[in-house]
Amino acid sequence: MLSRTAAMLYWMARYVERAENHARILDVAYRMSLLTKDPNLQDQEWFAPLNITGTLFPFSGRHSLVCAKEVLHFMALDPENPTSIYNCAKQARENARAVRGTITSEMWEVLNSTWIEMQNMDEDRLYARGVSAFFEWVKERSHLFRGVTFGTIRRDDAFQFHRLGTYVERADNTARIIDAKYHILLPSVDDVGGAVDYYQWSAVLRSVSAFESYRKVYRDVITPLRIAELLILRVDIPRSLHFCLHDVYEILCAVQNSSSQEATRLAGEIYAALQFGRVQDIFGQGLHEYLTEFLSDMSRLGAEINTAFFAPTLPPNSVQYAGPPVAA
Amino acid sequence: MALRPFFNEMYETGGAVRPHYAAFADWLKNTPPEKIAQNRQAADLMFHRVGITFAVYGETTGAERLIPFDLVPHIIPGETWESVSRGLKQRVAALNAFLYDVYHDMEILKAGKIPADKVLENSQFRKEMVGIDVPGGIYAHVAGIDLVKDADGEYYVLEDNLRTPSGVSYLLENRKMMMRLFPELFSHQRVRPVDHYPDLLLETLRNAAPPGVDNPTIVLMTPGHFNSAYFEHAFLAQQMGIELVEGVDLFVQENTVFMKTTQGPQKVDVIYRRIDDDFIDPLSFRSDSMLGVPGLMKAYRAGRVALANAVGTGIADDKSIYPYVPEMIRFYLGEEPILKNVHTYMLGNKTDLDYVIANMKDLVIKEAQGSGGYGMLVGPTSTKEEREKYKQRVLDQPERFIAQPTLSLSAVPTFVDSGLAPRHIDLRPYVLSGKTVNFVPGGLTRVALREGSLVVNSSQGGGVKDTWVVD
Repeated sequence: MLSRTAAMLYWMARYVERAENHARILDVAYRMSLLTKDPNLQDQEWFAPLNITGTLFPFSGRHSLVCAKEVLHFMALDPENPTSIYNCAKQARENARAVRGTITSEMWEVLNSTWIEMQNMDEDRLYARGVSAFFEWVKERSHLFRGVTFGTIRRDDAFQFHRLGTYVERADNTARIIDAKYHILLPSVDDVGGAVDYYQWSAVLRSVSAFESYRKVYRDVITPLRIAELLILRVDIPRSLHFCLHDVYEILCAVQNSSSQEATRLAGEIYAALQFGRVQDIFGQGLHEYLTEFLSDMSRLGAEINTAFFAPTLPPNSVQYAGPPVAA
Repeated sequence: MALRPFFNEMYETGGAVRPHYAAFADWLKNTPPEKIAQNRQAADLMFHRVGITFAVYGETTGAERLIPFDLVPHIIPGETWESVSRGLKQRVAALNAFLYDVYHDMEILKAGKIPADKVLENSQFRKEMVGIDVPGGIYAHVAGIDLVKDADGEYYVLEDNLRTPSGVSYLLENRKMMMRLFPELFSHQRVRPVDHYPDLLLETLRNAAPPGVDNPTIVLMTPGHFNSAYFEHAFLAQQMGIELVEGVDLFVQENTVFMKTTQGPQKVDVIYRRIDDDFIDPLSFRSDSMLGVPGLMKAYRAGRVALANAVGTGIADDKSIYPYVPEMIRFYLGEEPILKNVHTYMLGNKTDLDYVIANMKDLVIKEAQGSGGYGMLVGPTSTKEEREKYKQRVLDQPERFIAQPTLSLSAVPTFVDSGLAPRHIDLRPYVLSGKTVNFVPGGLTRVALREGSLVVNSSQGGGVKDTWVVD
């Protein structure tokens, strides 16, 4: 498969996954802010989405207040914010358009009609429809896209690079979601059992659709240690780091080429640590430190994938052209 | 302006339905208007959802629009098509023979059939191609020949498109849409199928491979997704199961073209390029273009890769060469042309220029190098002011212009706001030249949606119709 095509499939998948995760993160912030009557605490909930997506700085450059209306607009609809759901839908569709000869027409139609509908969305319509309903819609479009992809595309490299993008993005997002809430996951004895904690913890689980799984796996009260274990180390939770890296490693083995050894090795190393890691050790190291290291490993892995598959170096004796002569 | 008489494809002068439209007319009479209106909307929606759009130059960057699709087909009787297709084969064979000749022995120039300077001093004549042998001696693998029917009911060739003719995806999508919306129409009469076009094209491209390459790797090269015809490039690549590449995806090493893949470099044998000569290689042509592949021309000249269409085909479809095509047919094939040319005035010629300036109101004047309906003057629908302005341009550089009598263009009933009304059309069949000459019956019918308008180009508010050849 063409390197550029593979890159576009990978990014198409990443943008779809990112849009879904942002919808999840915002939905949790929205629900949490409804749980408290204290307006200061309410607004505090809205820091989390900005922290998770690393957009607090660009946001605060343009807004003086962190509040529901502003954050929602910034992260969902703002064309100026490169990681807004609006822009994710746009980028996913742009990438799909560039590779529409490679994806199935059903996949293209989902992303194209999502983008058409997204363009018609503004703040008034968002509130008229209902904030949570809007996030549901984003998630549903992402589910639909994934389902259509799995149901229609040939199991070739296009499928693999689509999956690769999905799981690299998801691992990154899940790690950020846990990291943003790590302070409430720290096993301090002080307010264990408090109602606020219970809601916080269950919100983290719900944001990655793992609340019901938690109940099934542990059949016990919600504790931070178990949440971390579930979302980091369980291989049977589809949004856990272990699950994502299992698939990333397997995909890199399947698509390997003569310059992808380092990418495969690095993925294997991260995967092995998740496969054999213990949650006690993670907390021993410090959850935040652990996740910071994980995110930095993932960013190295992304760079390795890029050089191995998307931006190959040309043979030294290929014909080069430096560009037109610069006018004096 | 008074409506000029024109040929109506569906109705005879007395108002009777022509026999080949009878089945359709019955269906139209018996189908409730609501159902038709509903399906017109459905068609728009589907085209939008599928994203069959084109970009319009000069509008906001990246603007995409739908080409209006009209439900009333352009129907051609089978026997008419037989004679048209013989004419197309003949014409394209002569054009290919001409291209081989001007880049080799130049017999036709030596024989004085075409003034040598018309060819040798034309910017479309590519000196890089002189003496180069292309596989099978075929230059124009894909030709789009624009046909119109004058008031007398005779077909005329309006122009030949031998560089990177586009539009065939609309032909295929229009048929798909009609069969989806009105399947019953296709059970009333036999409409010859068109959907095997991608197979024929692929076969043509395989035949274009350099000698000795048994199982060629073929790619379709596009200028990129901001190009107005990008949808078509992606569509055809998908239909043929070949890679859609941009210049940046290819590189040349030791006169061999490779594409960058996730499994390392892969050799490329045939490039179906939808990018003009000027942009294919910055080392040979326009040095300011980053769309092409450095070193491609050298590999091509060495015979290591095939291009379809060949470099340099523009010399055969240039509007200043067009008047000589009938002569080419006689010279190379020893036959009389089956399809007529439109009489063409060459404004570099003083007598012609004087006549044209005196009769601007009755003529169509075009730039010899123009395309897409940009920069032309349609005399009968122009204002005095427009003519005065255009006259100045012509007088400044008369040799850049040609003029033709205004053909009336035949019309097909078309859905407009007020109901059904005749609108003018043209027809572009796509002729594929490989070991044999192939085409799908009919072609792309373009329709001028404004009343009285003769400009069918999509960039100028034209629409499209399904084209049926019926038995």
